[in-house]
Amino acid sequence: MNSKPPKIRMRGVCKAFGPKVVLDGIDLDVADGESVVIIGGSGTGKSVLLKCILGIIQPDSGLIEIDGVDVSELSSAERDELMGKFGMLFQGGALFDSLPVWENVAFGLIQARGMDRDAARTIALNKLAAVGLGPEVGALVPAELSGGMQKRVALARAIATEPEIIFFDEPTTGLDPIMGDVINDLIVKCVRELGATTLSITHDLASARKIAHRIAMLHGGKIIWQGSVAEIDQTDNPYVDQFIHGRAEGPIQMQVSR
Amino acid sequence: MTVSSREDGVIIRVLAGVGRIFLNFLATVGKLSMFTGRALMHCVTPPFYFRLVLRQMVDIGYYSLPVVGMTAIFTGMVLALQSYSGFSRFSAEGAVATVVVLSMTRELGPVLAGLMVAGRIGASMAAEIGTMRVTDQVDALTTLSTNPFKYLVAPRLIAGLTMMPLLVLVADIIGVFGGFLIGVNKLGFNPANYLTQTFEFLEVKDVVSGLTKAAAFGFVISLMGCYHGYNSRGGAQGVGTATINAVVSSLILILIFNYIITEMFFAR
Repeated sequence: MNSKPPKIRMRGVCKAFGPKVVLDGIDLDVADGESVVIIGGSGTGKSVLLKCILGIIQPDSGLIEIDGVDVSELSSAERDELMGKFGMLFQGGALFDSLPVWENVAFGLIQARGMDRDAARTIALNKLAAVGLGPEVGALVPAELSGGMQKRVALARAIATEPEIIFFDEPTTGLDPIMGDVINDLIVKCVRELGATTLSITHDLASARKIAHRIAMLHGGKIIWQGSVAEIDQTDNPYVDQFIHGRAEGPIQMQVSR
Repeated sequence: MTVSSREDGVIIRVLAGVGRIFLNFLATVGKLSMFTGRALMHCVTPPFYFRLVLRQMVDIGYYSLPVVGMTAIFTGMVLALQSYSGFSRFSAEGAVATVVVLSMTRELGPVLAGLMVAGRIGASMAAEIGTMRVTDQVDALTTLSTNPFKYLVAPRLIAGLTMMPLLVLVADIIGVFGGFLIGVNKLGFNPANYLTQTFEFLEVKDVVSGLTKAAAFGFVISLMGCYHGYNSRGGAQGVGTATINAVVSSLILILIFNYIITEMFFAR
């Protein structure tokens, strides 16, 4: 029905670290403008999946296409250029602690787009305002900010270059429920304004329900279930059922020595 | 039979251990060579980050001056005292000025400055880049279309390579001055004579060999700091290990390169 290739297309992506197989044949499509959330337990390779798409980690096998282009065949310069399409919110924020907040937000504009510093600063302060932070925050360094503020600055940095694809790695982890919801609202608002395609990973279901069009569950290195937000409560998949109800007993066995 | 098979088992275990260490060594050499090649390539291809190069130059060159200057002046002073008391045994006190200037420019200036800078700069580079690595800041650079090699590694290599020779030149001068102070004020040399003797037997080659060493040491210090920082793993402990490895490996490499470069310049 739609001849346009999906924004992100993964086929049979595998990655192992030594004997430990983390991704075991991932098949996933993300359509243009769609928001997909991947849920799964800790240590199931959600972050590795994102890093494979970004090219920070090389997958052992499988195909990853962005806009129909196979990323494994790009040269280093083409890959740097492709990165201009991406924004990423890292789990710990990953703000540059040697730079003031505004320069963190403006980093992609100054370094990658070659924008002059004053113009970039104006945009950075606008983006900070969009995530509810005043211009006085721009002059601080990241170490002076609380966890919630760091997440918001990181979000402002991820959207500053108005990327086509944004990744959110555990956007609400480590925040109180109210701040978590503030971040979720900001994500939804920013994504809608940009019309961006997003891929998020989380184990926070409240967050997933709020920001996702579609939810996929990662377990044992495979996508074992995917469906819309409404479907997740009706599914009879025992893995998903166990995960969303947070039960210790079920088909998912946590690696806990008793 | 059982005794000999048990002996075989022990021998195989020992040999396997030796083999593993050797293979790890080769893998590390390969990894380091790849890292060096990539880093050098990014030093000479645009875009260049001049502000970062400048900042590293100030850090390595300017802020290392006090510690390198202190090292140099006391080394020059000790050299004058030691050579005077040693050479007076065979009435060669007149050689003090020559000994001080040759020792400083050829050997002690570059090596001692290299060791001090390795402790100061190598450690700080490994800790800084290592912390950036374990907090995902290095990956964040990539997602912001900025190559970490260009942004982090190249400026440090360029600054190390260019600033160490300047630093050592200053150290040479301060060291000779330290020798002059002791020679004139304590050992009773005539100031003019001391200076004449200082330059009488000094050749361009002496200074150039020392500055060549300095450039090599500066490169090695930056390379080790960046390499170990870039490859650090696993939180605070990993950064600590990276810092130790950066300092120890650059100290050892400085001593090895010191021999090789001396051999290149002065071997007959």
